[in-house]
Amino acid sequence: MIISIASGKGGTGKTTVATNLAIAIGSDVQLLDCDVEEPNSHLFINPVFEKTITVTTPVPEVDEKKCNLCGKCDEICQFKAIIVIADTTVMTFPELCHSCGGCEKVCPENAIKETSRELGIIQKGYRNGIEFVHGKLRVGEAMSPPLIVKVRSFTKPDKFTIIDAPPGTSCPVIASMKDTDFILLVTEPTPFGLHDLKLAVGAVKMLNIPCGLVINRSDVGDNKVKDFAKKEGVPVLLEIPFDRNIAEAYSRGDMIVEKLPGFKEKFLNLYDNIKKIVS
Amino acid sequence: MKELIIISGKGGTGKTSLMAAFAYLAENKVLCDADVDAADLHLVTAPDILEKHDFQGGNTAVINKDKCTECGLCIDLCKWEAISETFEVNSIECEGCGVCVYFCPEKAIDFPLNTCGEWYISDTRFGPLVHARLGIAEENSGRLVSLVRNEAKKLAEEKGLDLILTDGPPGIGCPVIASIGGADAVLIVTEPSVSGKHDMQRVVQLANHFKVPAFLCVNKFDLNKDITDEIEKFAKEKGLTCLGHIPFDQIFTKAMVQGQTIFEYNSNSSSAQAIRKLWGSLLEKL
Repeated sequence: MIISIASGKGGTGKTTVATNLAIAIGSDVQLLDCDVEEPNSHLFINPVFEKTITVTTPVPEVDEKKCNLCGKCDEICQFKAIIVIADTTVMTFPELCHSCGGCEKVCPENAIKETSRELGIIQKGYRNGIEFVHGKLRVGEAMSPPLIVKVRSFTKPDKFTIIDAPPGTSCPVIASMKDTDFILLVTEPTPFGLHDLKLAVGAVKMLNIPCGLVINRSDVGDNKVKDFAKKEGVPVLLEIPFDRNIAEAYSRGDMIVEKLPGFKEKFLNLYDNIKKIVS
Repeated sequence: MKELIIISGKGGTGKTSLMAAFAYLAENKVLCDADVDAADLHLVTAPDILEKHDFQGGNTAVINKDKCTECGLCIDLCKWEAISETFEVNSIECEGCGVCVYFCPEKAIDFPLNTCGEWYISDTRFGPLVHARLGIAEENSGRLVSLVRNEAKKLAEEKGLDLILTDGPPGIGCPVIASIGGADAVLIVTEPSVSGKHDMQRVVQLANHFKVPAFLCVNKFDLNKDITDEIEKFAKEKGLTCLGHIPFDQIFTKAMVQGQTIFEYNSNSSSAQAIRKLWGSLLEKL
């Protein structure tokens, strides 16, 4: 089973929920941190990394001896990553390339071959019974979805896989949530939390995946998140009250299921409820 | 004219609450919300929308079944596996590269331009606001960010305003890169947690990569004073100026629930004083 943990708004507690759930379950569980722009789960899991791989994406390189400046590559490229200027020069902008392969395919002179651009790295490691994988986008790289897809390729079908998704509702979030069995949304009961939750629920509906809600800092703010969840038929599976001890434990990288009483049971209960909903 | 962008790397460190507080304090400015994916600034600024425009970004392939002979070339060419065996294009998967459109021997694939969001020029009690809404699951957030920044610039020129205050998105990817390129300065809002510090370091690298001057402030600084010290030490090593500290205070949530800035909610609070001081330091630097 694969579940993804998402939220429209950042900083609502996705990583707290993902890591504590993984630690509470303890064995036969995988945690894939797909927030490749700002991966944080490793700071809480502290895995021993045993493997690092560099992930690249193909980009074009032009053999200027073969190129006759016909301009077909410029014409097919939708991303302005290869242009022919005034019939005298061909230039490539690898940072803009989406790796569609169109220019290489269209070139009548076979003048374009593949080189690569680094997207980032993937690291894999373990902490006891938890298999941990995350991606780290190269600083300066704009495109995170291909790296997210690569992190997800580490999914093992016989394990319970938890995906820590990035905030928002655009393409990196969709890449993290699609084709999962369940989406656990994490929000806080504030106007910003509610507004962004509505966007996240919209994205979940578009993907047609069952979902549930965790309300973090559940006693701050107002009741509008609960009213919205009820109206939309999204079950509230866990509430974590505001507690300065939790905030401080989080700030140090401590796990609340290990440091504060009662939370391990709450997270195991959450796990059982998710399994019930999915089956 | 100066353009200041507020970013954080990590989400939820208080960018938008701080931005709203600055909106209250700053004079002669245009506000701009560049977090087009999950824009929240309008929840505090309560804009009256004066102009509303469609945002068109990118194209999507659509197969015309009347012309399609099901040769399968498009399926082979598509790097995103966006075309099903029954020749339906999954618009969420389609990257808009147009390779299938170009090579289809029957010219059976249309390539319409997408309307994938809206952008607005509004009036607020703090002055003009340029903001946007990217459709759910849409791409091209970077292009929409560039668009709202350009419109904010035009508006500032037209109205003779000398500051653009921009709320940026979380992360370090496409929309953040589009938000900070060419700006006069970024203010990085961090928090003293292992994740806040980690993400701040990456966003500092990003600002350096694109050669945008960066300043730092630590929100909720008293939550973990050891990490606040580590953040300051890091800042010093990197030659970054830490312009201020804001205490961990529930008053931000209370003000947000009321749809107010912290100054409208309680201008005498220690947090409000800290922000006033931070704003003063920031203005000096700008």
